[in-house]
Amino acid sequence: MTLLDGSTSSAAGPSVVREPILTATKLVKTYGRVVGLDGVSLELYPGEVLAIIGDNGAGKSTLIKCLTGAEVADEGEITLDGKPVQFKRPQDAHAAGIETVYQTLAVSPALDVASNLFLGRELRRAGLLGSVFRMVDKKGMRKRARQELADLGISTLQDVTVAVENLSGGQRQAVAVARAAAFGSKVVVLDEPTAALGVRESNQVLQLVKNLRDRGIPVILISHNMPHVFEVADRIHIQRLGKCAATITPQSHSMTDAVAIMTGARKA
Amino acid sequence: MTQPTQTANPATGPHDLAEEFLDRTTPLSRLRGLMHRYPAISPAVVLVIAIIVFGMLNERFLNPANLSLITQQVAVVGTLAIAQTLIILTAGIDLSVGAVMVLSSMVIAQFTVQNGVSPVVGLLAGLLVALAAGALNGFLVTRLRLPPFIVTLGTLNVFVALTLLYSNGATVRGGDMPDLLTWTGTTFSIGGVNFTMGVLMMLVLYVVIAFILSQTAWGRHVYAVGDDKEAARLAGISVSRVLMSVYLAAGAILAIGAWIQIGRSNAASPNAGTDLNLDSITAVVIGGTSLFGGRGTIWGTLLGALIVGVFRNGLSLAGLDVLWQTFAVGVLIVLAVSVDQWIRKVRK
Repeated sequence: MTLLDGSTSSAAGPSVVREPILTATKLVKTYGRVVGLDGVSLELYPGEVLAIIGDNGAGKSTLIKCLTGAEVADEGEITLDGKPVQFKRPQDAHAAGIETVYQTLAVSPALDVASNLFLGRELRRAGLLGSVFRMVDKKGMRKRARQELADLGISTLQDVTVAVENLSGGQRQAVAVARAAAFGSKVVVLDEPTAALGVRESNQVLQLVKNLRDRGIPVILISHNMPHVFEVADRIHIQRLGKCAATITPQSHSMTDAVAIMTGARKA
Repeated sequence: MTQPTQTANPATGPHDLAEEFLDRTTPLSRLRGLMHRYPAISPAVVLVIAIIVFGMLNERFLNPANLSLITQQVAVVGTLAIAQTLIILTAGIDLSVGAVMVLSSMVIAQFTVQNGVSPVVGLLAGLLVALAAGALNGFLVTRLRLPPFIVTLGTLNVFVALTLLYSNGATVRGGDMPDLLTWTGTTFSIGGVNFTMGVLMMLVLYVVIAFILSQTAWGRHVYAVGDDKEAARLAGISVSRVLMSVYLAAGAILAIGAWIQIGRSNAASPNAGTDLNLDSITAVVIGGTSLFGGRGTIWGTLLGALIVGVFRNGLSLAGLDVLWQTFAVGVLIVLAVSVDQWIRKVRK
């Protein structure tokens, strides 16, 4: 364990000097007699992709739910930007700047790309048209949607007026990720973003994850797919039986090592 | 351990998108794409063809007097269909719109006449009752999470019974009412065609709701909720608040429909409007709004209501038995739903 931590900090380079954006300390979550999380700690640094892997029931979903407000941990502390935070609802985490992209792709199929990006936070027209007639600023939203997509390096979405249902799975995922990444969020959490996608589309999404990191937005990535994890992650948090078995890097360990730690075949 | 970092690079250029668009541009798929984007196209085409055909079958069809009659016949169901459209857009359905409208019209007429209050008070009472009915439907749908079909099937009977209990089954004649209540039946003329105030009110209502649906955040949220409830919720939209507001808005629209109905028939009858529950759904469906929610326009509904009016009127002028009108409307419904299913297959 100590040896691993040592190799982590040296390999992760810049993360040593920076303060973590998001930390979780000794989170405990039990469901009746079932222990979901058994004292799990985690740190997320600016500009890194932290992957969370683990077998089914290892506690990765529970960990993510606690971090995004979908569940409240029984014990432990979460800090964001150095300040302790308490998320009682997903909206709390959302308001604090933690955006989650769900596996189910929370996009509205019949609405166009721009409308989806701004769903629930529409821009209003200036002046009386906006304040009295409550008119939304369609042009403004399209313009900003194009800008956000360009900033994220999403080149596969040229037309923001296309209905989302006309997009491929990868493009929909791109819309969902863009939704989460736009509007100055501090942390983006991606839950199995490539699970339902083909090879080419998965690559598009992985590229998007890298673009996010390059913009300085830290990403937490939950995935079953080892090649994907090893391709984009800076550090890999391995959950096993409700605990953090190890935190490794793609440089320090091979995929086989990671799977061995994950399944308990090898002690970390 | 060494191979990863390179695998992401191939095949992420903009040409991917071009390829994807290229492989589905047969004329038929393009037509489908167009109808998908503008769902009011098919009812518009049907309406134009119907008007031309009926105009050729009988020259009286295009008479100003006959066109005026069609608009008047459409006014009430057209208004109810606005409320129905809002609810169907949220993937709901309201079987009680006609019953609520009749209940509201009885309250407006009888409350005013029996208590000798100002007609404005009577109209407000009718509005309150319709809002309460909408609130009840909305409450059952959002709080008890019952399917709208079941909720409104139940409340339909409740409202019908309340109407008969309140009115003792008696009709209030227009002559006994203050003029304001039958004002919606007064006519004015544009270019030789007579319109009633009720028709005008219906059209104004269409403009207002069309504006709200297309230009406000609330309108977008109505579509989003009907499209995918869970996605809307995760986007931070309060689904039950949107649904509740839709049922309340529908109630208010039905109260206006009640006023138009009183003017149209120059009476308030507890037995009027039993067909209107289903006729409003017919107009919405023929107008291209999807029963699965999230797709459709309010203008399509106006076209749908006009199509039904034109078919009924045209077929009767052509001398066909009234049953053939019902037959034709039935065929139209099935066709409209088939077209909707076909359009929705744009991309499975």
